[in-house]
Amino acid sequence: MITFVALPILLPFIFIISLLVFRSDRLAGWLGVFGSGLLILLSGYLFILVQKHGVIALQMGGWEAPFGITLVVDFLSAIMLVVAALIVFSIAIYALRFLPKTIRLNRFFIFFFGLTMGLNGAFVTGDVFNLFVWFEVMLMSSFVLITLGRTKEQLEGGIKYMSLNLIGSLLFLAGVGLLYGKTGTLNMAHLAEILKNDNQAILMNTSAVLFFVAFGIKAAVFPLYFWLPASYHTPNITISSLFAGLLTKVGVYTFIRFFTLFFVHDQQFWHQLLLITAGFTMVAGGMAAAAHYETRRILSYHIISQIGYMIMGLGIFTPLAIAGAIFFTIHNMIAKTNTFLVAGMIAKARGTFELKEVGGLFKQSPFLAILFMVPAFALAGVPPISGFFAKFILIKAGLENGNYVITAVAILTGMLTLYSMIKIWNEAFLKAQPANEYASTPFKKLKFAEYFPSVLLGATSILMGLFAAYLFDFTMNAANQLIDPSLYIETVLKG
Amino acid sequence: MEIILAIVVGLLYTVGVYLLLRRSILKFIIGLIFMSNATNLLVFLSAGLVPGSPAFVQAGSGSSAPLADPLPQALVLTAIVIGLGIVVFTLALKYKFFETTGTDDLDQLKKTDN
Repeated sequence: MITFVALPILLPFIFIISLLVFRSDRLAGWLGVFGSGLLILLSGYLFILVQKHGVIALQMGGWEAPFGITLVVDFLSAIMLVVAALIVFSIAIYALRFLPKTIRLNRFFIFFFGLTMGLNGAFVTGDVFNLFVWFEVMLMSSFVLITLGRTKEQLEGGIKYMSLNLIGSLLFLAGVGLLYGKTGTLNMAHLAEILKNDNQAILMNTSAVLFFVAFGIKAAVFPLYFWLPASYHTPNITISSLFAGLLTKVGVYTFIRFFTLFFVHDQQFWHQLLLITAGFTMVAGGMAAAAHYETRRILSYHIISQIGYMIMGLGIFTPLAIAGAIFFTIHNMIAKTNTFLVAGMIAKARGTFELKEVGGLFKQSPFLAILFMVPAFALAGVPPISGFFAKFILIKAGLENGNYVITAVAILTGMLTLYSMIKIWNEAFLKAQPANEYASTPFKKLKFAEYFPSVLLGATSILMGLFAAYLFDFTMNAANQLIDPSLYIETVLKG
Repeated sequence: MEIILAIVVGLLYTVGVYLLLRRSILKFIIGLIFMSNATNLLVFLSAGLVPGSPAFVQAGSGSSAPLADPLPQALVLTAIVIGLGIVVFTLALKYKFFETTGTDDLDQLKKTDN
């Protein structure tokens, strides 16, 4: 039963191997959908298991913690696994119809599962160095995915994406080295136990700063986000949506994990820094999104703006705020992927991502308009869809804790979000189609496999809004578990 | 010995950062290699140097002689392998980029910005 903890890593690996053996593209599509479907079932099972036990830990290879590598699933990991599996599943279906003929499905799914493996590994590992390895697995797959089309823009975007992320990885590794030098352990639970009552914990700041910059690059916070808008709009929309939903959120996950579990010293400084970063991230991303007229660029900048909210929750650091940050992360992963999927459908229908070139889609296809409306309303925070509750919890936590400035910034950024979404709505759906080369393209009716992923994610967003109380209870439990990690430590070290 | 190696780590970082700031993509990649090696050395040094001592002893020998910590060595081995894979990929990407655009100048990479 407990060995199931290793399966989120093992399952994608099995599919990579089978894709290497069976090279047919037809089969690759089926394997991709089947594999990611299995992943949903598996993470759902783990989710139920965690609700029963609180925290489950697996000592890899029978080496006892803290000497071996431990895989741990707690509430936060479990919910991240489920949401990631859901996104991976929708992208697998979406890829069947939206990947161009120049990209072979077999190649795509090999690296798709590579990315999934790295992602799941990062969510379940309980060891800092092991986390580094999973990050590299994930990054390597994403480097290949982003340059898979081999056009000039993709190679250029790939170089920018790769170089900045590699510098981030080097800083991460340097942080690991210093951490080991000072504490003599890399097991997260053991680190938490050592640093909990250590009055010299302030010495950890040298490593904490390195980790802060490294995760800041991965999570694309101000001022370290420049790789994201330079690269996310270059690859095929399938790959952009995959990245948009998952990659930066792993950075946020590690932020939450590190700064609640063992970097809990010198809180005043770190929380202040996190809040300042969060505020600038929100505003910079929101403003830049407002200035653009290409769907993918608007949405890419908008990812950055939303990362700010998650970091804000961590910076306020009350149980309610952390619950809000987790709620927001889940909501954002789903809604953000969905907007990218819809952007892909608009581009497929009209042949371009430029908003100035398209229009009149509301008349052509009211169904597509509804598909866009759900995630757009979710991101803008219209009740009763998921985004409203996510923002509400964060703002309530901010006001309760007296962080008025960041709360005001968060509310104003909400306006910017609304503005970007209205811009896409007005330009693509409401205004008349301008007379240009795209006007004569006949509107193709969407097929089931094309709109199903978006329907699935949209329905999840709405359900998350309707059953927000249950989800909030769960994220609250997760937050309490993060604030008081004694169960986590005990399960890993003595279990 | 540790002092000397610490200075070497610093020097390698300096060289790496200097190369990262050059305009050529190839020099940029060489800079990454320098920084990656500096980081590897830093991880290796993290447990301190214990010259002439084994990392493993027989079980139950009860020897109180100083031991070398095997963990950073294992970590650095993994990091070197990962670093190698990444350097190979960056070089391949740089080659492909040069083939399609014919430029090695980072200042020409402005098309996907803003």
